[in-house]
Amino acid sequence: MAQSRREFIKIGGVGAAAAVAGTGLASQWWGLDPDVVHDPGTDGEKIVPTFCELCFWKCGVLAHVKNGRVTKIVGNPEHPLSNGRLCPRGTGGTGLLYDPDRLKKPLLRRKGKRGDQTFEEVSWETALDFTAEKLLKIQKECGPEKVALFSHGFGGSFFKHLLFAYGSGNVTAPSYGQCRGPREVGFQLTFGSPVGSPETLDVANARVITLIGSHLGENMHNTQVQDFAAAIAKGATVIAVDPRFSTAAGKAKYWLPIKPGTDMALLLAWMHVIINEGLYDREYVETHATGFEELRKHVADKTPEWAFTETTIRPEVIVETARVIAGARPASLIHPGRHTTWYGDDAQRSRAVAILNALVGSWGRRGGIFVPSSMKVPATPVPAYAAKPKTAQDHPNGVAYPFADEVLSHGVCDATIPGRIGGDGCPIKAWIVYGTNLLQALPQRANVLEAIQKLDLLVAIDVLPAEIVGYADVVLPECTYLERWDDVAPVPWREPFLAIRQPVVPPLFDSKPGWWIAKQLANRMNLGQYFPWDDAGAMVEARLAAGGYDVAALKAKGVVRGKPVPTTTEDGLALSFATPSKKIELYSKQMEAAGLPPLPPYTRHEQPASGQFRLLFGRTPVHTFGRTTNNRFLSEVTNDNEVWLNAKIAKERGLANGERVVLVNQDGVRSTPAKLKATQRIRPDCVFVVHGYGHTSEGLKFAKNRGLDDSALVTKIAVDPVAGSTGMSVNFVSVERA
Amino acid sequence: MSVPKKRYAMTVDTRLCVGCKACVLSCKAENDVPDGFCRDWIVEDVRGEFPLLAAEIRSERCNHCSDAPCVKNCPTGASHVNEGGAVLVTHGKCSGCKACIAACPYDARFVNPKGYIDKCTFCLHRVQVGVLPACVTVCPTRTLAFGDLNDPESPVAMNLSSRRWKVNHPESGAQPNLYFLL
Repeated sequence: MAQSRREFIKIGGVGAAAAVAGTGLASQWWGLDPDVVHDPGTDGEKIVPTFCELCFWKCGVLAHVKNGRVTKIVGNPEHPLSNGRLCPRGTGGTGLLYDPDRLKKPLLRRKGKRGDQTFEEVSWETALDFTAEKLLKIQKECGPEKVALFSHGFGGSFFKHLLFAYGSGNVTAPSYGQCRGPREVGFQLTFGSPVGSPETLDVANARVITLIGSHLGENMHNTQVQDFAAAIAKGATVIAVDPRFSTAAGKAKYWLPIKPGTDMALLLAWMHVIINEGLYDREYVETHATGFEELRKHVADKTPEWAFTETTIRPEVIVETARVIAGARPASLIHPGRHTTWYGDDAQRSRAVAILNALVGSWGRRGGIFVPSSMKVPATPVPAYAAKPKTAQDHPNGVAYPFADEVLSHGVCDATIPGRIGGDGCPIKAWIVYGTNLLQALPQRANVLEAIQKLDLLVAIDVLPAEIVGYADVVLPECTYLERWDDVAPVPWREPFLAIRQPVVPPLFDSKPGWWIAKQLANRMNLGQYFPWDDAGAMVEARLAAGGYDVAALKAKGVVRGKPVPTTTEDGLALSFATPSKKIELYSKQMEAAGLPPLPPYTRHEQPASGQFRLLFGRTPVHTFGRTTNNRFLSEVTNDNEVWLNAKIAKERGLANGERVVLVNQDGVRSTPAKLKATQRIRPDCVFVVHGYGHTSEGLKFAKNRGLDDSALVTKIAVDPVAGSTGMSVNFVSVERA
Repeated sequence: MSVPKKRYAMTVDTRLCVGCKACVLSCKAENDVPDGFCRDWIVEDVRGEFPLLAAEIRSERCNHCSDAPCVKNCPTGASHVNEGGAVLVTHGKCSGCKACIAACPYDARFVNPKGYIDKCTFCLHRVQVGVLPACVTVCPTRTLAFGDLNDPESPVAMNLSSRRWKVNHPESGAQPNLYFLL
């Protein structure tokens, strides 16, 4: 931004003269060759291909190394997820690698209580012995199921492997119950397949892209944003449904500033118009779908006029956008979204999005939702696991969510608090937390803190001292993705490909690769047979060689691309659906059998009282939640968050743009102060902040106390009866001068 | 017939830019720009009142003007016109007097703590070896294009002949070479 750059100029104005003397002035003064171009010299003498871990999209990168230091990270042109380009975070990997606040030595809490952040530096030997001993004790006394792993990020695979070998299937990630779960459930129920990550969306070829609360460009998933821009360049129409004038709304022909909580009404009204006017893909629906008649009846009274009173979107706009959506079919994509846990009826809303996609025939079609392909890699030849992965249905928290197919993190949290659970009545005793800051990722912090204090053991494996690390009994410092091998990941995508992650530089400090940590723990727990290689590199090489891949070429290029296979009907794909009826289930008999509404119903959600605003949270392209806000390199351009409040409301309250405010939620929880952004870009009934700020960990020296932490304000949740996920956009706040 | 001189320019497609700042950060990494400084930046221009709003996002930098006020106002000759019209600063000649900062209509320059005025170089060290500037290479939305306006086949020439465009501060008379496609 221009004004911050002006500040830079002020800062830089001092001390310039002194420095000139040291620049070899004598030789260059009135230099004879004015056309010599200064080369900053950041090209590496060695370039190592690997893939990024600044978010979870897995873009291929090339890391330049000079004099043993990573000088810059650029996109790998051979890699289909980066195409040689990167989001801002990808470039910022050096900021993580050289973060002075990195965890440098194993830490053990010998005194005080969890959260005191008082640790003693210990040897790896001591830390690993301590951890393994505790885990063996729990295994013997309570059974291995009483240990849970929370994991986020690709490096978690070795710890999942360890936990399954140990005998526990309690492997969970907040990314399911707190983010993408309802979407996967909604699409699974309708089409028989989830959309996964990276989402299998042919955004680049879509002619109409409908975004519902999905702010591409701020939610900076590299390939998808590349595709979004490519579609716009080709003249695609964007319909952005968002209470906020997001970046994507700025690209949209239609911005629908919907009243928060009423999206389902809009979706049903769109279906009403598309069915009533006969605009749907009749042939596709007749051939591939069941339950159309029931759907037609279901939406018969969901008129645009009815939806207007709920959504505040004018009926003629609903009709026009419905026609635009159907007019471009099948290259009309209603985006399933990413963070979909909003109001507690999220799986049903995702079902509605899926049904709308079905009506325009977009599944399996160019410009719609493609069916991905991936490379085959032989499984790791290790003994069979003692445990099977659990799902939310056999989870020890005793509540069955019929369609959730992953363990719910908040469920594990509840199952840790004695008296909260059903099942065998024995609470979970230990958490292993890999790369996920549970204190910002999970809602209802008081609950999480209560669970943490009940544990016998909390192990944190991380690169940086996030808040959760301060609550650990033992801290195992992992090295960054630039310093280690990770497992092979055949990512399902528009074309099959295989990429590897390999070390660029040796680990700094006393940090260790995830494989090494997991293997050392396994050795101490008589599970060494599950880790038969010295390092992950040897394992990766063995797997690749067994699959007939040219290991040397993969190491040199970082990626191998396979022969494309059809991913849409236009390429020759034959459509099939893995639902019980083998068809797209508009009307879901599965849900009916589970006692749930078989067609998505409209629920009127609570609205904020006068003087209160709904708290909405989202992303900035420069950061991945709270995970990167301590990154100095990235933070140079975005170093705190702001409270977006409608400018007219701000004026009425006597609040000026830029002044410090705090948010106070319905339960009296006060946020730390942050800057007010009084803006035209948001409805008057909600506020918006970027998630991931307001750190309190002493160890995050840069990020501490910058901006406000939205997750502290999420004291209320709405649990989805279908997916078990936690709707978190149900908290109301007032805005006060700090 | 003499070969016409090159005239480097950059186009910024405001329709495609999402303001992600990948250009800003890749420039910092490529050019080892010191902490606290940037050679390019993002401007988000939002006009109107809720709910009737329009947004334009621009990636901005030195305009490498054809009639550059910074060059004319540089007392030491450090600011000069280099290959293809790129405006550069010879570090050793720069006294850090800031006359060029005052003259620049685009606020594109800053004082590098190493003791010279710094700014975008169009990544000429890359361009000379046939590679595009770092910001152009990284841009995930392909908002940025770079090339020689005297070559009608260059992406910049084709963009300017096929699209509506504008420049910032045309009234300065500096004849900027950073074009914003509308």
